[in-house]
Amino acid sequence: MKRRRFLAAGIALAGLPAAAQRFQPPQDITPLLMKITGGVAAEKRGVEVVLPQIAENGNSVPLRVKVDSPMTADDHVKAIHVFAERNPRPLVASFHLGPRSGRAEISTRIRLAGTQTVTVLAELSGGRFVMGPAYVLVTAAACLDESLL
Amino acid sequence: MEFQSADVRAMQADEFGNPGMLWVERGAALWKAPRGAANASCESCHGDGARSMKGVAARYPAYDASLGRVAGVEQRINACVVQKQRGDALPWESQDLLALTAYVAHQSRGMPLAPRIDGAASAAYERGRTIYFERQGQLNLACAQCHDANWGRTLLAEKVSQGQPVDWPAYRVEWQSLASLERRLRACYFGVRAEQPAFGSEDLVALQLYLSKRAQGLVSNAPGVRR
Amino acid sequence: MLGRVQVPPTVKRGEPFEVRLLVQHPMETGFRRDLDGQAIPINIVDKLSARIGDREIFRAEFGSGMAANPYVAFYATAEASGELVVEWSDDRGATGRVATTVNVA
Repeated sequence: MKRRRFLAAGIALAGLPAAAQRFQPPQDITPLLMKITGGVAAEKRGVEVVLPQIAENGNSVPLRVKVDSPMTADDHVKAIHVFAERNPRPLVASFHLGPRSGRAEISTRIRLAGTQTVTVLAELSGGRFVMGPAYVLVTAAACLDESLL
Repeated sequence: MEFQSADVRAMQADEFGNPGMLWVERGAALWKAPRGAANASCESCHGDGARSMKGVAARYPAYDASLGRVAGVEQRINACVVQKQRGDALPWESQDLLALTAYVAHQSRGMPLAPRIDGAASAAYERGRTIYFERQGQLNLACAQCHDANWGRTLLAEKVSQGQPVDWPAYRVEWQSLASLERRLRACYFGVRAEQPAFGSEDLVALQLYLSKRAQGLVSNAPGVRR
Repeated sequence: MLGRVQVPPTVKRGEPFEVRLLVQHPMETGFRRDLDGQAIPINIVDKLSARIGDREIFRAEFGSGMAANPYVAFYATAEASGELVVEWSDDRGATGRVATTVNVA
């Protein structure tokens, strides 16, 4: 990776940002989780996080989330929050569902700035929270590795 | 053998979720939009694009009499824009040119590549073949050394492809956008640390023609998805 | 702003069905730099919502960690046929809207 920057300087290509190979360590997302849970402990169960084992490019990684829930008026998932601990902005997205959603299941494509654990927090009706993780190997980091050419 | 990961292949095969289709949709709308001093849409001459453009991209690059040279799809589109619609040429990699190229290329989906290399196209074909086998750049590599002699082997954690042009223009995840084959070929030049030929240059079109002939018979899936 | 939505051709009353969305947007993170080294300013779709008739069926807030040309699929149920409308906006106020019909068999 250092060689690429040296050669790029050699042929005067300004396209490769100096920060391209910045290493971003994982952050502690507990404060972000607490902002949502208000301090209520999230049970580590009932949340299936499906991500590829290896993501070729962190710019677009397919994510599927399934939360165990009967999805009734009395017992349903109100929201699903996705956190990526090594992303410059760890809260990726929040999805809001309701009792008539039928299923607490979301599919999407996210950016991952490097190999890391993705944590999904689900907010249930009745004030409870559940969460689940998934670990992904990411070959080219989103946000940090950049090629404009 | 597959050269892209399962997720990238799934994205390409997903008719709804393939991001390249957004450009095809945009292109379909532009096809009907009047443009230039002639206030003419593509549709006003070519009618329904799904019918008139069927199989066209599969024959490209092709010798174009109005331009006096072999041209890629982008250049043929701009020839229409400038000569027939009497508008300003669409810049390379602009949203409009990508959209129209994607729309036209999509009409050849499922059809085998079949470019002509005889007559007026033969000089460009020979030039393309010369480039393909010629070492270049600071790394002093020819296309053939990776894409003929070492396809399928691993380089920098990725499988070396055969360098087929079939699914282009393609949505490249690394660029987070649909991109032209020319942009991808220029990136190959960068890959061996060679000076990149300008967009629309004779060398790039010649290389595309050689690659298309080399790929003859392979079926297009444009717009494709690549990592 | 261009987008597309897909639902099954027919759905059963009260049975969950998948709604798929794809929006054309660069989702510029604010971390990329152009070829002159200048940072490209942040520009993302940050709000999206879907309804059937007047009833909201889905809502989302996106951060810059959503991939470019954002894709999302979720589930919904319907008691009667109706128009499903999806609307979204980005952090510059640009908006998009796409609609389709849900046919309850």
